[in-house]
Amino acid sequence: MLPYGNGRSYGDTCLNDGGTLLLATGLDRYVSFDATTGVIECEAGVLFSDIIDLLLPRGWFLPVTPGTAFVTVGGAIANDVHGKNHHRAGTFAHHVLEFELQRSDGSVLRCSRTQNPEWFAATVGGLGLTGLIRSARIQLRPVPGGWIHGDSRRFGSLTDFFRLSDDSETDFEYTVAWVDCTAAGKRRGRGIFIRGNHASGPGVPAAQSRLRFPFTPPWSLVNPLTLKPFNELYYHRPAAEQLDGRWDWRSFFYPLDGVLAWNRMYGPRGFFQYQCVVPREGGEAAIDEMLQRIARSGSGSFLVVLKIFGSMPSLGMLSFPRPGVTLAIDFQDRGPRTLALLESLDDITRAMGGAVYPAKDARMSAEAFQRYFPAWEAFSGFVDPRFSSSFWRRVTGRPA
Amino acid sequence: MRRILIMGAGSAIAEATAREFARRGDALFLVGRSAPRLEAMAQDLKVRGASAVAMGTLDAREIGQFPSLLDAATQALGGLDAALIAHGTLSDQAACQMSVDLMLDEININALSVMALCTLLANRFEAGGHGTIAVISSVAGDRGRQSNYVYGSAKAAVSTFTSGLRQRLSPKGVKVVTIKPGFVDTPMTAAFRKGFLWASSGSVGKAIARAMIRGTPVLYVPGFWRPIMWIIRSIPEFVFRRLKL
Repeated sequence: MLPYGNGRSYGDTCLNDGGTLLLATGLDRYVSFDATTGVIECEAGVLFSDIIDLLLPRGWFLPVTPGTAFVTVGGAIANDVHGKNHHRAGTFAHHVLEFELQRSDGSVLRCSRTQNPEWFAATVGGLGLTGLIRSARIQLRPVPGGWIHGDSRRFGSLTDFFRLSDDSETDFEYTVAWVDCTAAGKRRGRGIFIRGNHASGPGVPAAQSRLRFPFTPPWSLVNPLTLKPFNELYYHRPAAEQLDGRWDWRSFFYPLDGVLAWNRMYGPRGFFQYQCVVPREGGEAAIDEMLQRIARSGSGSFLVVLKIFGSMPSLGMLSFPRPGVTLAIDFQDRGPRTLALLESLDDITRAMGGAVYPAKDARMSAEAFQRYFPAWEAFSGFVDPRFSSSFWRRVTGRPA
Repeated sequence: MRRILIMGAGSAIAEATAREFARRGDALFLVGRSAPRLEAMAQDLKVRGASAVAMGTLDAREIGQFPSLLDAATQALGGLDAALIAHGTLSDQAACQMSVDLMLDEININALSVMALCTLLANRFEAGGHGTIAVISSVAGDRGRQSNYVYGSAKAAVSTFTSGLRQRLSPKGVKVVTIKPGFVDTPMTAAFRKGFLWASSGSVGKAIARAMIRGTPVLYVPGFWRPIMWIIRSIPEFVFRRLKL
């Protein structure tokens, strides 16, 4: 069996082909909230979006959040998620004070950095394999309001991106960049750099009406014909340059949450996401090489994220974030061509001593995984004997 | 702030509705069979914004205890503005066909206890000149079908009872809301295969809270069940008795 939260992992870490899934979204009760310290205790199926709706009006926000708010607290722990503030705040696990882990033998372990610390380290980033996370206590962060104040600017090269990142690290809580993955030649590595801090504003913005991608088109709308013009327009649009930018929290953190079922735009075959991290040393050349291969392939999409991870060590045995630069790109699934491209990106990641993010992965080889996560063998001792996942069987070569 | 009694608070639909009231800062009195469950709910509802949460444990079969239950709720909340009656069981139709005792027990839980509680609430609210009584009936009460007519007839009794109660109390300033959910994905229906007709308890809870605040007389939820049930009620008997519904 395997716990299943809100199913927002991109690959098979949340699937268990032929086995049982424990639907955890029913574990959605709060236990307590301390309005003076900002510590919330809740069951593991509570969604980030629910926590924001409940507590942002009271001046509290998630300490770390991924690019969608439709994830559960348990999923955030199990994937040790990171966000645009990694250089400041580390990963989600850095803000988890404690959680309860239910094992299949009926025992319940209370885990924190000091209590059952080895179980804490195995479970954060542990892909749900160490047992069912029942509840957790999270340290939220105080915010002055629902807005982000900062700026946005174009950069012409990866060198500029690194310089902008370094310049922004101390003064900005959030930094992130979009990169034009179709740009070739001298334009390669161009993109838009966005940075910001929490800010007050005219009240907390009301919930926007949500659009829904109504059906799956027969072909991917993201394809070489649409991608280049889109990226060209996106790069050159006037809003790319904002010296005094102000975003409400939805459009800053969760732009994709505004369109439900957006994944349908990739057509019936869907898409892969590739997110890797490579060390800073040699990282620029490595990312440059990846962008070159991607541009040459004509694949990729407009969903591209480039970000520098901070030096704060991750707490989980299988946590993905580590010091370096991380690149995330969606790829329309064009069959063997796409797999070959991702494999060639893996060659670079591997040569650099980097890693690929399991939560985003559906295809990395067992050999690659074991190289990226050398602690996997020690970790496997913590896997609940009755728990497994499609991902785990794939990357360990172990039968169910 | 409203002061609301929720009978059968442990049901998924009741809990979802309670969360809507909590968000609005209402005060709640939860009644259910399992104290630990009610306590977990109470903690949750307080975090969600409920101004007060109190509780009592009771089995709906203990009809004799209802007056003291209402006293306790009134005392705990300092009065009572509304009640949601949400307790019930989904009868095992086949077993009810084989056992008169079981059938009567199902009718007792799903119809008689509800009518008893409605009677007591009606008299209290009538005397006070205000109040809202909301009762969870079911689309299953709109027409008896072979697959669940024991449950359906209990719900039909509740629908008819609340219809009459609504007429009686309407001039007295008391609102009566009959709620008819269709298929809702809850622990009560865990064994069913879910299709496109199924709604989440969260969306149903939102609709119920809204209907209770507005005083909607009859709420089909989701709303598409109103035309569906109109069609089902309109099928002539000579056709209906040949159908496998």
